Order: sequence, then C-alpha cells, then structure tokens
Amino acid sequence: MALAVALFVGVIGLILLVVGRAKRRVDLWQSLAFVLPALAMLAVGLIYPGLRTMYQSFFDRTSSEFVGLDNFASIFTDSSMLTVLRNTAIWVILTPLLATFIGLVYAVLVDRSRVEAAAKAVIFLPMAISLVGASIIWRYVYEYRPDQQNIQQVGLLNQILVWLGMEPRHFLVDSPLNTVFLIVVMVWVQAGFAMTVLSAAIKAIPSDITEAAQLDGLTGVRMFRYITVPSIRPALVVVLTTISIGTLKVFDIVRTMTGGQFDTSVVANEFYTQGFQLGDTGLASALAVVLFILVVPIVAYNIRQLRKADLR
Amino acid sequence: MTAAIPTPDLQEELTGVEPATVSGRAKKRLTSRWASLAAVVIAVLWTLPTFGLLLTSFRPELAIRTSGWWNWFSDPELTLANYDDVLFGGTSLATYFVNSIVITIPSVIIPVTIACLASYAFAWMKFPFRDTIFVAVFALQIVPLQVALIPLLRIYVGADLNGTFWPLWISHTIFALPLAIFLLHNFFREVPVELMEAARVDGAGHVAIFMRIMLPLVTPAIAAFAIFQFLWVWNDLLVAITMATGAQDVQPLTARLAELVGSRGSTWHLLSAGAFVSIVVPVIVFLFLQRYFVRGLLAGSVKG
Repeated sequence: MALAVALFVGVIGLILLVVGRAKRRVDLWQSLAFVLPALAMLAVGLIYPGLRTMYQSFFDRTSSEFVGLDNFASIFTDSSMLTVLRNTAIWVILTPLLATFIGLVYAVLVDRSRVEAAAKAVIFLPMAISLVGASIIWRYVYEYRPDQQNIQQVGLLNQILVWLGMEPRHFLVDSPLNTVFLIVVMVWVQAGFAMTVLSAAIKAIPSDITEAAQLDGLTGVRMFRYITVPSIRPALVVVLTTISIGTLKVFDIVRTMTGGQFDTSVVANEFYTQGFQLGDTGLASALAVVLFILVVPIVAYNIRQLRKADLR
Repeated sequence: MTAAIPTPDLQEELTGVEPATVSGRAKKRLTSRWASLAAVVIAVLWTLPTFGLLLTSFRPELAIRTSGWWNWFSDPELTLANYDDVLFGGTSLATYFVNSIVITIPSVIIPVTIACLASYAFAWMKFPFRDTIFVAVFALQIVPLQVALIPLLRIYVGADLNGTFWPLWISHTIFALPLAIFLLHNFFREVPVELMEAARVDGAGHVAIFMRIMLPLVTPAIAAFAIFQFLWVWNDLLVAITMATGAQDVQPLTARLAELVGSRGSTWHLLSAGAFVSIVVPVIVFLFLQRYFVRGLLAGSVKG
C-alpha cells in the first residue's frame, strides 16, 4: 500500500513539476496534464466497459455467439426473472417513499427541540454502517426458532409475536412479504439521509413565511401540510430520486439477508448471480443494461426539476 | 423528559404564537406531546436493533444460543470471548481488517488527488471542448457500477493484476471520479476570481496557483468528499467480491462477513462480534467528523 501511494504521489509530483516549469504559451499542454489522468481513467474504466457490456448483452453466455435480443426476451418472459423485476419495482417504489416520509416527519418533530443534535445522530448513525453490517443487525431481529417447548426465540420480532400470543414466523422465507422485510433494512439506513437533507431545507425556509402562517392560525399538521412540504419541494424531489437510484443498484442487503433465495432477488443481485456465480455473461450484461435504462429516466427527471428550481 | 419546566425554546414558541382560545392552546400542547412521543418511538426503533446485536456480541456463546439478548438484564454476564474468537480464531477477521485498511487508504487518496487536478482545470483553465467534456463527466454518474464490472475484470485479468490490491484501488478510483470532479469543481468555482487575477499578475503559473491558493481554500470540501469516499469504500461489498474473488488475502471485512453469513448463518456469537468489528471504524469516523460528513452529504445531494 505504501509503495502504491508513494508511486502515485511520485507520478503526480512529476506531472506538476514538469507543468510548472513550462512557459505560458503551452497552456494547452498544462490543461491536458491536469485533466488527462481523470479522463483516461474514465474512458478505460467506465466508457469502454459500458459500451462493451451493451455489446455483450446481445451475445450468449460465453460471448461467442450472437443471439440478438434473446437475453432481454428471457428477462421479460422467464417467470423467475419476472419475479426479479416485480421485486425491483416494489423496492424502488416503497423504499424512497417510506424513507423520505419517516425522515421528513422526524426532521419536523425534532426541529428546534432541545436534544436536536443527539436525536438526529441516532437516526443518522445507520448511514455510517455498511449494508452488510446492517443486514446482520436485522437478520438477528428477524431470527426464527421453531415454536416448541424449551425453545426460546432469540430474534426480537418473533419474541414480540410470542409475547402477544402469536405463532413465530419465518420473516425472511415467506414470500412475498419477505421482500418488504428486506426493504425495512434499506429504509432504516436511508431515513437518516432523507432526514439530514430535508432538515437543512426546513431550516432554510424564510422565517417570515412561517410567522405569517402562524399569525393566520396554522399549527401542527396543517402547518406541515401547507407550508413546510410545499416550501421544500425541490429538496424532496432530490431525496426521493437519490434514494431511488441507490435502491435500484442495491445488492448487499439481498445478498447478505437471503442470497436472493425465497423469491427475494432484485435486478442488481441477479446480475451478480448470473455473471459471477452461474457464468452467464450475456444475461448478466443484459441485466446491467436494464439497470442502466431504469436509472436514466430518474436522473433525467431529477435534472429537469433542478433546472426548474433554479429558474424560479 | 422533564415536561413541567418550559425550556427557553418552548417559552419563545408559546409567546410567539398565542392561540386565541384556551381550548386552542390545550390542543396545541396535546399535538406537541403526541409529536414528542412519535419522535421517541422512531428513535427507539432506530436504535434497538443495533443495541440488541451489540449486547449479544458481549454475551457468552451458550447464552446467545439459548435466550434472547433481553434476558441479559435478568442474567447479566459479559465476555470478550466472541471478539477474541472472531478476530484471532478460525475466521481471523484481524487479517481482513488490515485488508480493509490497505484497500481504503489508497482508494481515497488517489481519486481525491486526480479529481482535484481535473476539477481545477475544469473550473479555471481554458481548453477546447471544456464544457462539453465536463458535462460528459457529470453524465457518467448515471452509469451503474454493474455495467462496467465484467469488462473491467477482463482487463485486470489480461493485465495479470488479479489477486492483488490493484483492481480494487483502480476500480474505486474510477467509480468515484465523476461525482468527485463534479463536487470539487463547484467548490473551486466559488473561489473569487480576484484572487486568481492577483496571483497571475504576480507571475504565478497554474501549478503555483493550484498548490498555494486553491488547495488551501477548498480543503474543507476535499475533507468532506474524502470522508464520504472513505465510508463508501470501507462499506463496499460489490466491488470487493467481484474484484477479489478467490483471493483471500486481499478481501476486505465486508466480503468475509457476507461469506460468514452465507456459510454459518446462525452462529450469532461470531456474526455479532464480526459485525461490530466492521462497524467500529466508520462509526468512529462518523462521530468525530460528523460535521464534514453532513456537509459532503448536503453538497452531494442538493447539487448532484
């Protein structure tokens, strides 16, 4: 590691030294020296591989025979793949809505309270934990033991069911509800992000607006509905879309909680399974392309909203 | 919650808004009580899962297997055996912990440096197609990692880099660049143009301006992004298990933990301690550098 860092520092130092010695009129070369390392890496590491993946998505599992749109056809017809698409849709709809809603409500609730900083840190902390760590934490909450004499539950949720006099259940096995229990983990992680951004937006609402509303008798829920939410609309859009994009690409939670079994797989996880475990490069590439196509409109919408906000 | 004594905040609130009627005032107090209750419920829901696993990681193995962590309160018994086992026993997480550090440090330094150079150029140097290229770099953010992974892996295998740390360092660098360049560009751009001009009159070239004026001014922004990148790399699983498959001596903690879950799904004495070994570094970073982290988050989301 030390060697790699030293090597890297040496190369950058050399570039700067050479560029620094150069006279003014070689401006173009100076700019190139500054920009080229980044552009070269992006070209080799993102643009070429991206195009290559699109190309491969039209070939069979070993990239040797051209199969046209067959890979895409199987994604949209095969029944297990349709389950994957359905799950992805559930993830991408539920996660941003739940995380944003909870984050927003919490941001409003703790706003200007005495313990605001600590209260925020509590919700925000899961952001620092890896999704693998978060998955382990929640697997323990969902842990199931068969309901028999002398066997105690060790998972909190099943223990609560038992205390309430109900049967314990396999939270991660029973489809389709298990997908929702996986989504809970992502919401748990992302709510802190939503809360932070929205809280900053709420604090930026001009105080004369809120004061005027208060004079008109707006309080509590109505204040929230008619003043707070409309005022932070641009931030809401950013949060919703950012979480949507993150959710589309999420893979760690499904991988660590169920490994994609019991009908819980999503596109990003299926990509890994097909490409790196089952060795089907064609199908994996096609899944990656589908993922790309799903991300584009969300980002495009986000950028348009930002433009509109700027114009106002 | 000592509700009886109104805090300065609450007093201010009460004098600021004086609801017209007595019933109106009562209603307001009621909603604020429900609001506090809701906030407490959310806070507890967010803390309890982590707390439960943390407590579990310090309980003896037999206790973990036979009873839930809440039983600890009636039978308090703590041990460090699980940590000893998971760090130095068969799972030897200590090795993977070191791997994680070795992977993360260059994966933060290299992209941040390259991005600084490039974003300075995009902000203050003149060259053909500058704006077009900048927009293109920005647009690359929408490419999901998955789209690049398989061909990238082939390149590494072709260059015989497989099984070393290089694929991880290079991949993390590449994947960080679009966002890093975009964010840092915004900060470089905010430096007043007068400073640039004054330095130019004094005969400073781009390198001198970059090193002596720009870098010190944007250090907070660089720190914010570096922390973000640090957490991102430390917590990554996808790049780790695709670029370090079959190479045990370069795998980071996350990859090893995910494996543990897969092969020994309910050995909770190992999993709980292992999870906290992986959590401790990012949480320390988070607690100490929270302000910068939030700043990076806000810049990244509100502008990007």
